[in-house]
Amino acid sequence: MALKLSDYKTDVHNDWCPGCGDFGILNAIQMALADMQVPPYKATIFSGIGCSGKTPHFIRTYGIHTLHGRVLPFAQGAKLANPDLEMIAVGGDGDGLGIGAGHFVSAGRRNVDMVYIIFDNAVYGLTKGQAAPTLKLGMKTKSLPQPNVNNSVNPIALALVAGFTFIARGYSYDVRHLKDLIKKAVAHKGLAFIDVQQPCPTYNDINTKEWYQGFDNVDPETHKAMPRIYKLEETGYDGVVHDPSEINAEMAQVIEKSNEWDDKIPIGIFYQNEHVPTYQERIAARIPDYFANPPSTQQIADENDKSITNIDRLLSDLKVDK
Amino acid sequence: MEKTTTNSLSWVIGGAQGSGVDSAANIFSRACAAGGLEIFGKREYYSNIKGEHSYFTVRVSDMPVHSHVDEINVLASFDAETIFRHFEDVTSGGAIIYDSDVVNTLLSEVPTVDDPAAVRIRKTLEKTGLALSVQGALDHAKRRGVILFPVPFFHLLQEFAQKANDPALSKLTRMVNVMALSASMAILDFDNEVFAKAIQFIFRAKKKVADLNVSAAAHVSNYAKAKFAGSDFLYRLKTKRTAQDMIIAQGSQSSALGKMVAGCRFQTYYPITPASDDSEFLEANEILDLDSPGKKGSTVVVQTEDEIAAIAMAIGSALTGARSATATSGPGFSLMAEALGWAGINEVPIVVSLYQRAGPSTGLPTRHEQGDLNFAINAGHGEFPRIVLASGDIEESFYDTIKVFNLADRYQMPVIHMLDKAIANSVTTCKNFDPKKIEIDRGSTVTQITDKDKGAAGNYLRFKLSDNPISPRVVLGTKDAIFWNTGDEHTEEGHITEDPELRVQMMNKRMNKLQVALREIPDEDKVVAYGSGDIVLVGWGSTKGAIIDAMEKLASEGVKIKFVQIRLMSPFPTDLLHSMLKGAKTVVDIEMNYSGQLGSLVRQHTGIEADYQIVKFNGRPMSLDEVYNAVKRIKNGDAPRRQVLKSGA
Repeated sequence: MALKLSDYKTDVHNDWCPGCGDFGILNAIQMALADMQVPPYKATIFSGIGCSGKTPHFIRTYGIHTLHGRVLPFAQGAKLANPDLEMIAVGGDGDGLGIGAGHFVSAGRRNVDMVYIIFDNAVYGLTKGQAAPTLKLGMKTKSLPQPNVNNSVNPIALALVAGFTFIARGYSYDVRHLKDLIKKAVAHKGLAFIDVQQPCPTYNDINTKEWYQGFDNVDPETHKAMPRIYKLEETGYDGVVHDPSEINAEMAQVIEKSNEWDDKIPIGIFYQNEHVPTYQERIAARIPDYFANPPSTQQIADENDKSITNIDRLLSDLKVDK
Repeated sequence: MEKTTTNSLSWVIGGAQGSGVDSAANIFSRACAAGGLEIFGKREYYSNIKGEHSYFTVRVSDMPVHSHVDEINVLASFDAETIFRHFEDVTSGGAIIYDSDVVNTLLSEVPTVDDPAAVRIRKTLEKTGLALSVQGALDHAKRRGVILFPVPFFHLLQEFAQKANDPALSKLTRMVNVMALSASMAILDFDNEVFAKAIQFIFRAKKKVADLNVSAAAHVSNYAKAKFAGSDFLYRLKTKRTAQDMIIAQGSQSSALGKMVAGCRFQTYYPITPASDDSEFLEANEILDLDSPGKKGSTVVVQTEDEIAAIAMAIGSALTGARSATATSGPGFSLMAEALGWAGINEVPIVVSLYQRAGPSTGLPTRHEQGDLNFAINAGHGEFPRIVLASGDIEESFYDTIKVFNLADRYQMPVIHMLDKAIANSVTTCKNFDPKKIEIDRGSTVTQITDKDKGAAGNYLRFKLSDNPISPRVVLGTKDAIFWNTGDEHTEEGHITEDPELRVQMMNKRMNKLQVALREIPDEDKVVAYGSGDIVLVGWGSTKGAIIDAMEKLASEGVKIKFVQIRLMSPFPTDLLHSMLKGAKTVVDIEMNYSGQLGSLVRQHTGIEADYQIVKFNGRPMSLDEVYNAVKRIKNGDAPRRQVLKSGA
C-alpha cells in the first residue's frame, strides 16, 4: 500500500509560532518522504536545538533530537554505522553555523552520504531573538539591544569551500520547490546541504515574508512588488559539475551567486559534484565488505554468547616464545 | 657486593626523544621475556617530538613483577643527559654504561636539562666538590660503589662501518641505542642468541635494519666482553625455559584488543596523549578475523574534529545497534560532558575509555595521575545514571573492556572505563589473554514489535514505564518500532514533556537502573581484597602493581597488610566495601592525586574515614619502594596523617 503524507505526521502538538517559516520546511520534508515512498522506519530525522530542533517530533520516522550544534556528528555516526538508513539532519543557522560551525566544516571534508537542512532565519528564536550567524552586519532586529556587531557568514560559500558536494537554497514559503530540492538532496550521492530562508515572524522583523515578497521594493513603473526570491534554474544556471575539469569555473560561479542578496536572492541548486567519493566509499576502499556488513549489523557473538572475534594473530605477536 | 645477583634487577635506558630508547627497551623486554624471565616496564617522556629526555625502566625477575623500583641496577646510556638525570639512582654495585666521548660535557651544555633539575644536580655535585660535568656525575656514582663502563660508541661504529664495508656512518649512528643495550647485555652475560632473536623480532618489518643491528650488537658485545672481563659487576641474567602461554602485554593495546573481542565495531577519537594509541591500534587492525574461517569483521574508526564530535558520533552509531566507543584523556573528556548527559537521559549504551593523565588543563600531558575520579563520576549537568569502572593493570584492562560493553548494553547507559597513563605506557609479562572468558551480554533488546509494546497513539514505547526500570532497547531501522530521542525530558515514546509527574517517573526509571546494576554486578567487579592484616590499604587503578609488590616485600619481613582495590566507582559498592573495611584497625587511602579523591568517596558512602593518606601528584607513578616505605612508617607509628610521595625523574 502506498504511503500517504499523513503516514509521516505525528499527533504531537506543534508549538511553533503562528506563521513560522518552519512549517513550510516540515511540510516539504514530509512531502518529499511521501513522494519517495521512504518507509518511515528506514529514515531518521536528526536535529539540533532550538525551534527547528523540535522538527523530528512532528515527523513519524525515527527522530533524534540531539544537542545544540552537534546534530551533524550524531547523524554522521549513525549513518556510518548503518549506511542503509536515510539520515536527514536539521537545525537552525545558530546551531549549524555558530556553535556547530566546526562540525559543519568537518562534515564537508567527509562527504558522508546524507542531507543537512538549515532553517535559516538569522535569529536565535527560542532564546528570544538574539543575533544568529546569518544576520547581516549592522542589522537591528526587534529584540536586539544594539545593532548586530558581527558580519554574517555565507552558508553557501562556506559549504562550498568545506567540501559539501550538493549545495542548494530553498525558501520555506515555496514548499513545492523546497520539496523537490529535498528529494534531489536525498538522491544525491554525498553530503547535501540546503540552506532554507525561513522568516521568524516573532523576532526577525527585517527579513519577513513581506520583505521576501518585495512589498518594500515596488517597481516604479508597474507599481508592483518585486519579489526578492528568484529561481536559479529559471535563469539557465547549471550548478552541476559534469566533468571534474569544470570544478574551478563552477566554484567561482557559486561564490558569485551566493553573494547575491538585498534585491535578488537566488534559490535552487547552486552546486552539485558527484565526482567526490563519499566517506562510506572511502571506508569501503579499505574495508571491502563495509556496505554488506556495516558496524550495526555485524554478528559479534555466537549462540552461546561467546565472542566470535578471533585475535589470535595479534596475540601471537605478543607471545614471548615467538 | 660480593654475591652474584641473578635474575633480579632494575634496568634503565635513557636518551633523547626520537633516538630509539623505546626500541632498545622493547628489545630488552622481549629478550628477557623470551628468556623465560618476568618483566615490568614503564616509559617516561616529555610532551615533545624530538630532543627532550625520555627513559624506559624495566624490572626483571624470576617471579612476576608488577611495578618499578626507584633504584637502578643498570643504567644504559648514550648521551650526557641520561647520566645527569639518573646517576644518583644507580645503586652501589650497579653499573653505568656510557659514551666515553661525553664525559667532558658540562651540565650547562645540555639545554634540555631544565633549570629546576639543573639546580638539583648542581647542588649534589657541589656538595661533594665534584665537577659540574658528566665526569663529575660519574665520579659521584663511583664513590658510592657504582661500576663504570665507558664505551667509545663512535670509535666502535667506525670500526663496525669498516668491517661491514658500509661508509654511510651517519646512518649507522642511529644504532647507538642498540649498542648501549648490547653493552648492558654483555655485562649481564645474557644469552647472545636470545638477544639476537629479540632484535630480529622488533625490527621484523625491516630485515636489513634488523641484520645490521644484530651485527652491530655483536660487535659491541665482543668489545665489552673483552674489555670488561673480570669486572666487579655481579648482576646476571640467566635465561630459562619460558612458561606456557605467556605474552608481553602492552598497555597501549590491551583495551583495544578487548574492544575487538567485545564486538566494538565503531570507535571515534580526537588525537590526545595517552589515549590515541587505543584508536590507532584499532584502525591499524580494522579488519578482524572471526572464528569462522574466511569470514571477516571490521571496526570503523573515525578521527573526528574534536571530542564533542567524537562522543556524539559514537552515540549516533550506538543508536543503530553497533557497539560503539570513544577513547580520550582528561581534556577531551571535559568536552564530552554535555553529550554524556544526552546518552544518560536517552539510555544509550556507549563506552568512554578514559586514559587519565596529569591535569588540570593541559597539566603534565605525558605524565601520570589519577586526578579524574571525581570528574568521571560527576561529569555532566543534572543527574543521570552512569557506570564507572576502573582497571588496575594491563591484564585487567583487557577483560574489563569486554565487561564495560556488557554493562553499557545491559543497563543502557554510558560507561566510563578508567585507565591511565601508567597503564597505557607500561608493558608486562602475563598470561595470554583469553578471548572466550567473558561472555557477550547485549542486554534486553527487541527486534519484533507486537501491539502490546505500543502506546495509545500506536507508537512503540521505547521508555516504557513498568516495574523493571530497564525498558527493552530497539535500534534505528527496526520495523514498527519508531521512537524519538531528545535531550529534553521525554514521554514513554520519547517526545518532549515538561509534565511534573512524568518527570519524576522518568527520573526514577533511569536512576533505578543503578540499583539493579549494583545488585547484579558481581563482587569481583566491585571491590577486590588481597591479603589480610591490621593495616588496610584502599586504592584504585594502576597503583595496584606497586601495592601488590610492596605487600609481598612486607610479607617477607613478617608485616602483613590487606589491600582493597575498588573497581566500581559508580554505582558505588557501599555495602560490600563497608563489610570489607569493618574491623580494620588502620585504614590507609592510597592514590595518585592531591586531595585523595577516593578517600573522600569512601567516606561519603561508608562514613569510614581513612586514618592515613598516601598521595602522589608529581606525574610519576608510585614505585614499590615508595609504597613499602610509606606503609613501614605507618606500621612503625611515625607516619604523618598525609604522606606525599615524590620519587621519579
